Amino acid sequence: MKALRRFFQRLISWTTSAREEEILRTEIEDHIARQTADNLRTGMTAIEARRQALLKFGNVDAIKEGYRDQRGLPFIETLLRDTRHALRRLRRTPAFTAAVLLTLALGIGANTAIFGVIDSILIRPLAYPNAEALVGIWHTSSGRPGSDGIESCSPSMYFTYREQNRTFQQFGLWNSGGANVTGVEVPEVLRALFVTYGVLDALDVKPLLGRWFSPAEDTPGSPETVILTYGYWQRRFNGDRSILGRAMTINATPRTVIGVMPQEFRFQRDPELILPARFDRSEVNLGTFAYRGVARLKPGVTIAQANADLARLLEIWLHAWPPPPGFERAGFQDFRFGPKVQPLKQEIVGDAGTALWVVMGTLGLVLLIVCANVANLFLVRMDTRRQELAIRAALGAGWRRITQEMLVECMTLGVLGGTLGLGLAYTALQILVAKGPDTLPRLHEVAIDPSVLAFALGISVLSGALFGLITVVKYADARVAATLGAGRTIGPSREHHRARNTLVVVQVALALVLLVGAGLMIRTFQQLRGVQPGFTHPEEIQIVHSSIPQAFEAGKIANDPVRVMRMWNEIRDKLAALPGVTSVGFSGGPAPLEPAVLGFRNFQRLYAEDKTLPSGQASPEHRLIAPGFFITMGTRLIAGRDFTWADLYEQRHVAIVSENLAREWWNDPRAALGKRVRESSLAPWREVVGVVENVHDNGMHVKAPGFAYLPALMDRYLVFDHQYVTRAGAFVIRSNRAGTEGLLKEVQQAIWSVNGRQPVFFVNTLDTLYDRSMAQTSFTLVMLAIAGGMALLLGIVGIYGVIAYVVSQKTREIGIRIALGAQRAVVSQAFVRQGLLLAGAGVALGLAAAAGLTQLMSSLLFGVTALDPLTYTVVAALLLVVSVLASYLPARRAMMVEPVSALRGE
Amino acid sequence: MKDTDVRQGTLALMVLKTLDVLGPLHGYGIARRIEQISGDLLTVNQGTLYPVLLKLEQEGSIASEWGASDNNRKARFYKLTRQGRKQLQTEARRWEQTAAIIERFFAAKVQDLK
Repeated sequence: MKALRRFFQRLISWTTSAREEEILRTEIEDHIARQTADNLRTGMTAIEARRQALLKFGNVDAIKEGYRDQRGLPFIETLLRDTRHALRRLRRTPAFTAAVLLTLALGIGANTAIFGVIDSILIRPLAYPNAEALVGIWHTSSGRPGSDGIESCSPSMYFTYREQNRTFQQFGLWNSGGANVTGVEVPEVLRALFVTYGVLDALDVKPLLGRWFSPAEDTPGSPETVILTYGYWQRRFNGDRSILGRAMTINATPRTVIGVMPQEFRFQRDPELILPARFDRSEVNLGTFAYRGVARLKPGVTIAQANADLARLLEIWLHAWPPPPGFERAGFQDFRFGPKVQPLKQEIVGDAGTALWVVMGTLGLVLLIVCANVANLFLVRMDTRRQELAIRAALGAGWRRITQEMLVECMTLGVLGGTLGLGLAYTALQILVAKGPDTLPRLHEVAIDPSVLAFALGISVLSGALFGLITVVKYADARVAATLGAGRTIGPSREHHRARNTLVVVQVALALVLLVGAGLMIRTFQQLRGVQPGFTHPEEIQIVHSSIPQAFEAGKIANDPVRVMRMWNEIRDKLAALPGVTSVGFSGGPAPLEPAVLGFRNFQRLYAEDKTLPSGQASPEHRLIAPGFFITMGTRLIAGRDFTWADLYEQRHVAIVSENLAREWWNDPRAALGKRVRESSLAPWREVVGVVENVHDNGMHVKAPGFAYLPALMDRYLVFDHQYVTRAGAFVIRSNRAGTEGLLKEVQQAIWSVNGRQPVFFVNTLDTLYDRSMAQTSFTLVMLAIAGGMALLLGIVGIYGVIAYVVSQKTREIGIRIALGAQRAVVSQAFVRQGLLLAGAGVALGLAAAAGLTQLMSSLLFGVTALDPLTYTVVAALLLVVSVLASYLPARRAMMVEPVSALRGE
Repeated sequence: MKDTDVRQGTLALMVLKTLDVLGPLHGYGIARRIEQISGDLLTVNQGTLYPVLLKLEQEGSIASEWGASDNNRKARFYKLTRQGRKQLQTEARRWEQTAAIIERFFAAKVQDLK
């Protein structure tokens, strides 16, 4: 208690020390004056009286010093003084300081930035209240052929789960897609989130205005409503607060705005509108696994309990609903559905984690290299300060005092570098949020928050301590006092050399690991680029989505599929007539590669007349197209022919299949011609008239799916027993003007000249999609390449520094040797050899480490193994060559040494 | 325990006792008084008194204020606080005990220790 009180007193007087000093001075003055007066009274002379008084008082300065030690906080005062001294010393060597600060800032900045990303994406909870209780509802289906064993939810599950579960507080289904907004000046298709009752309640983010959907809105036939999200509300309605009750025409239906979600509301794919998903109880069946389930668990319920509950419900569900038309209940039983409840966060973050941790790991290695480099610079600096330190030690400065001072200097550098690094990290994150791959989930939540700040401070201090300790330990070895007598010409101790050499070897080894990582990513990227995508020159292909909504202006188009097809046809002809356009194709649904980029999954099936599909095999997908699609895409026709317009308008039963499908089923593309396939048991058999090249629709990194192409207009399709036409699709336009503003305007005008109020949206070139389908690889590649580049640079600087230092230390020796007749070339070769030796040791160590560490990133690789010999050889050779260069430059200086000046120099 | 600690401890006790007996006093007065009684303990360095005064004040055993003394000189007067008085009592008791034990030890004859 007394000690605590004293500490606070000290703290107070430390802050008010100037005034206290004055008081002490007066008090001492008063004391001495009184003593002098008393002495005078005993009959001394004035001078003698004063002298005796001072003598009696004792050494005033020593007393003051003792008083100060009592008063303030000497530890902190020393710390501040050391910091001030350190800053002053650093200012005196600007080149050294700048070099250290820059490398530290890079190392710490890069680590802070990536930690910021990891923190926001992987660590921080989702932006919902009590987000840990939120789960995604999935299913396993071990018996279902062709799926990867993970299924979403079907509408019938909504009713069973919602009504009979025991573990959910709230539960609902959702999916996302586009919604046509018409009846306005510029018709738009917006990103829409379709939710049943329960989804918003489970997420529990209160609306900014209005209300959520009510249970009543779940029922078909109730008033049509819509909820806006903040961004769209701001963009389209300028944040008009009187928006509630306003009518909007969405998907040709008038809807009333009932709510606006707040700015902090986030959901997958960043929706602009939220629409109710409504299921008609009397019409749903076991099928249509097109929805994703989200639930909020009751307090205290574990995932295992939820899974057990779902297992019970699945049994009930399987017998409560009819199978879809054309399917047997037994087939559903064979799928062997099982529950798979997982944290919502896991569902959202997905597999982004691996890449991020790999990047974080590599940047951590970079920071280690940075520390090794700085420690090396410090050792050199210590050598130049040996005399000073030795003198101070001789004058009685304690070992602890001197090491404390060195540590303080290192920490000061660490914190300064960290501050700069934080600035770099801030900039980097700004760029990342703006330009980062949109396959990275939660990207817009990335920001610097207190935990990132704490991380930055932590690693700054830690790195300061790390290279500080290396320096201090080596310094203690060096027995500075012993060197006082020695002249300056004597080189630094052997231990110093060994320390520096070790650091350089470690740097080279780490650099090699990082470069191998970057190299493997480059090879992966090459392999991906090398995959024959099934289309040519994607940069010339413009993709434009459009849709002709059903019941659009009822009566005019009259819902007649043939008339809709004629409209598509007319638009296609107009587009083909635009200047610079070579050909135009049309495809229903998402454009090629969009499934990979936007994360759609097709759950389609295809049957062959003469085959029974073996179980456990990928089910072929299909796409509805119009003639000209393959020519435009550059997809080669391998056998047979393309569709003709007559195929469409006469509604002939024809199909085209992909090469891999033809080979798989009939062993030869030609053999496929004339065979018959269909997409459901209710559809007519369609004759295969053509075989085309494989298209990597799901991304380059996965096998091209088996594909069937069907006409965009058919008399019957899937389970529909009436004419069918695709109403939403994409035009692919091959033109050398692809991606230009001018072409897009003309395309829009061409479409609107046929149908003035038809939405046009999702305009991209195929090349953009192609790049984005490889976004995760290129993101990891760029990050690893940056890390590898930094490591390489630091490694070179390390080798260069050591050799240059050795050369400068041995100038005298070199001078003598040259004076005695040594060949200049031989002398410089010795230094290059030394550099090469260091690099060789580093490379050997690095190869071993890389072989182990790169296993961690094997899931990110494609087409190469983690032990790819080419990468390892090239990287090792590169490092050795660069090391030779880095040591040759300073070694050349040794060659230039003039014996006379070298000997006179000291 | 270092020599200075012992000396400081003793000095602190003397300061407390002096203030207890004489009431509020300035530094010089305390020094004179201790000197008069203790003989030569403080004659070497009167100045060492001041760090001790500071420590006692930080611990709350004494308090100080500025006031005018004789012949109109401004001086810092120290006085005992209630806590200081309590401290003095416990310290004095402890000191007496220690002194008694030491005294008995020195008084002991060879036979007594056998």
